[in-house]
Amino acid sequence: MRVLALAGRRLLSSIPTLLIILVGLFLLLQLAPGDTVDALVAQMGGGDQKMVEELRRFYGLDAPVAVQLGRYIWRLVQLDLGYSAIYGKPVVNVILERLPATLLLMGSALSFAFFAGIALGIIAARRVNKWPDTLISTLGLVFYATPSFWFGLMGIVVFAIRLAWLPSGGFETVGAGYTGLMRVLDIARYLVLPTLTLALIFLAIYLRIMRASMLEVLTLDFVRTARAKGVAEQAVIVRHVLRNALLPVVTLIGLQAGTMLGGSVVVESVFALPGLGRLAYESVVQRDLNTLLGIVFVSALLVISVNFMVDLIYARLDPRIS
Amino acid sequence: MNSIARPNITRRLIRRSFSALALFASLSGALVAAEPQRGGVVNVLMSSEQRILNPALRASTGVYLITSKIMEPLVDLDANGTPQPMLATSWSTTPDGKTITFKLRQGVTWHDGKPFTSADVQFTAMEMWKKYLNYGSTLQRHLEAVDTPDAHTAVFRYSRPMPLDLLLRALPDLGYIAPRHVFEGTDIQKNPANTAPIGTGPFKFVQYERGQFIIAERNPNYWRKGFPYLDRIVWRIITDKSAASAGIESGQLHIAPYSSLPLADLDRLKKDARFEVTTRGNEGNGVTNTLEFNHRRKELADIRVRRAIVHALDIDFFCKNFLYGFGKRGTGPIPTSSPEFYPQGMPQYPFDKAKAEALLDAAGYKRGADGKRFSVRLLPAPWGEDISLWATFVQQSLGGVGIDVEIVRYDAAGYLTNTYKDWNFDIATGWHQYRNDPAVSTTVWYRSGSAKGSPWTNQWGWESAAIDKIIDDAASELDPKKRRALYAEFVKAVNTEVPIWMAIERQFVTVVNKSLHNHSNTTRWPSSHWADLWIER
Repeated sequence: MRVLALAGRRLLSSIPTLLIILVGLFLLLQLAPGDTVDALVAQMGGGDQKMVEELRRFYGLDAPVAVQLGRYIWRLVQLDLGYSAIYGKPVVNVILERLPATLLLMGSALSFAFFAGIALGIIAARRVNKWPDTLISTLGLVFYATPSFWFGLMGIVVFAIRLAWLPSGGFETVGAGYTGLMRVLDIARYLVLPTLTLALIFLAIYLRIMRASMLEVLTLDFVRTARAKGVAEQAVIVRHVLRNALLPVVTLIGLQAGTMLGGSVVVESVFALPGLGRLAYESVVQRDLNTLLGIVFVSALLVISVNFMVDLIYARLDPRIS
Repeated sequence: MNSIARPNITRRLIRRSFSALALFASLSGALVAAEPQRGGVVNVLMSSEQRILNPALRASTGVYLITSKIMEPLVDLDANGTPQPMLATSWSTTPDGKTITFKLRQGVTWHDGKPFTSADVQFTAMEMWKKYLNYGSTLQRHLEAVDTPDAHTAVFRYSRPMPLDLLLRALPDLGYIAPRHVFEGTDIQKNPANTAPIGTGPFKFVQYERGQFIIAERNPNYWRKGFPYLDRIVWRIITDKSAASAGIESGQLHIAPYSSLPLADLDRLKKDARFEVTTRGNEGNGVTNTLEFNHRRKELADIRVRRAIVHALDIDFFCKNFLYGFGKRGTGPIPTSSPEFYPQGMPQYPFDKAKAEALLDAAGYKRGADGKRFSVRLLPAPWGEDISLWATFVQQSLGGVGIDVEIVRYDAAGYLTNTYKDWNFDIATGWHQYRNDPAVSTTVWYRSGSAKGSPWTNQWGWESAAIDKIIDDAASELDPKKRRALYAEFVKAVNTEVPIWMAIERQFVTVVNKSLHNHSNTTRWPSSHWADLWIER
């Protein structure tokens, strides 16, 4: 119950922020030259005046900005995200269609990066300045310094073109009609390369943070005390050090869950995945205001809820925080 | 025994008639590699998401690439650019050119089972082409009514003469028919059939998964008996060019149409025996890279400066070294790929740096102390690697003759707004698309009187009453020979004036996996029906 009240309070306090973001973005996009009809005409490679006027009327762009903004906010109050210009259907549907792929990609990349990062971070910290540490730290640096599109393309060249082990892009085998477990395996095959590509950079960050905070916690008094009273090394690491060293990584995850939602445009484009990042990019280029604002709205909600969960996990890891 | 033997005979008969057909086809110039195999799925690269899939409302290659397999136009063009019957079987015009009669194909049904009739043609022409279709509304501006004396005759009545050869050359792109019974009485632009098209074509629409793929499957009731060969076509939406190349190389994609791969990859794939990299099948859709001058800048309003700019550009060098040979020096508004209209011996401005400098000096723009004459802002359109390279090349070349060029980049909407609506440019560079006849989408680049903001039209602050008159006369001239002569006169006039310059002439490049046969066999092949396309397995 207390958790629910807390959640409600959180949500309520974020409403003004949300409104400012949406109105700000709306006005910001007015500054961008051209509207969605211009973008459409550019895509078509030709259009005449009559058609352009007809389309402006169709998309409601013939009204003054203030009126458009008023209409938008009024719809938002009624929890209506409006109609997408690129897709010709309600924004809610467009986003819901894309959400599963995004969450799947993000979820798998984030968990892979999290667990692998922690494991590697612990190994590096335990063998600090020995060869495993050097190897892991160097790899981390390489992962961190390499742009993800390059990783993606190289992955495609090696695994899809040369070895033909994995598909070069897409979300699942088109028209194969798989169901149940077959479908899950099929999608998993398609997600291996994008997940690894997206995860590597985050993995590099987590492992470095983990290594650093492990090293720091290892020098603290309570660790020495634990060792002094004869606790086994395994138990010292898992029960005493790890728990404390995890806090910074958890903080980071909370922060990055937001960026990961929007930050995968590159990976989604390279692997032709139908995710939210590409949708957001597309809606900026196509000046599809409703869709873009809708994505911002949904992302904001996701960030708020992830941060809420992070708070709960904090309280779990460190009883001093409540 | 008998019942077993008979199918063999039939098969032999079929085979024999196929080889007779093959012989006939090779005589008529087409390539037939082997006996067509039935079935199979072809995967096609789709490099951008489409808002609607209705070619009667949207004239664009992206829309045709998909919908031309599902819906059909009245006429199409064959490999030589000659109009071929599709939904119309014959056509005729009256001496005054104001009435054009189409006889329509009988026994054609829509994918939902309803019969195709002249009512569909009438509805599409009046409610879609005339009202909403880009270029269509200009083409059909003087269309007054479409009469339907019977179910298979459609009579187009114009208030001004409409040259039959112009209409026939325009209709393959601007003549797709939509089903009246689906659209009538609805909000046409919001009709769900715009994204789930219903047509008469060889393939039936199945599914459009946004951001992923579009599927169409074989129409068993297609009017051309025995066609199509393929079971399915899947268009895969891949926006990243490198990823698209990877898809072609890994065999996940069979066709990459409309120059959708990086230039370097095209050059590489050209040497790969598994693929054919060709401009064949794109003759009807020529593209020229433009130099659009803003005549409101006093320097550019001077004809000597415009000519000097063209003289300063080594276009042959650019085509060879930057475009990997996928392009050649442009010679004017009508490309060489349009032999019906291409005029010989028109004024040209070959690469000559000394002459460029002399012209600039003569115009009174001497080099200053820093070696610069004046500076201009160049806006490259964002739709193509070649434009970006070209802009840099122009910058370097003009720098060489003392004109300082600042490149200003925008995204698509920004480019169109700045160039055509706000006139906020000195030189802009993008693509002009030539669509089979100069009257369709070429003369608007030169004719005055376009509404401000209308893209790809004369927004240069330049006009010529003489040229306007030639354009208007040619658009309603009924005699093909006289029309041709008028367009030669037009090219001569604009090549002399250089209000804008069509610097490079290119054709779209198609990359096809060699397991496909019967491809690229019409002048607008990626935008055609593909009923005869088959895949070797």
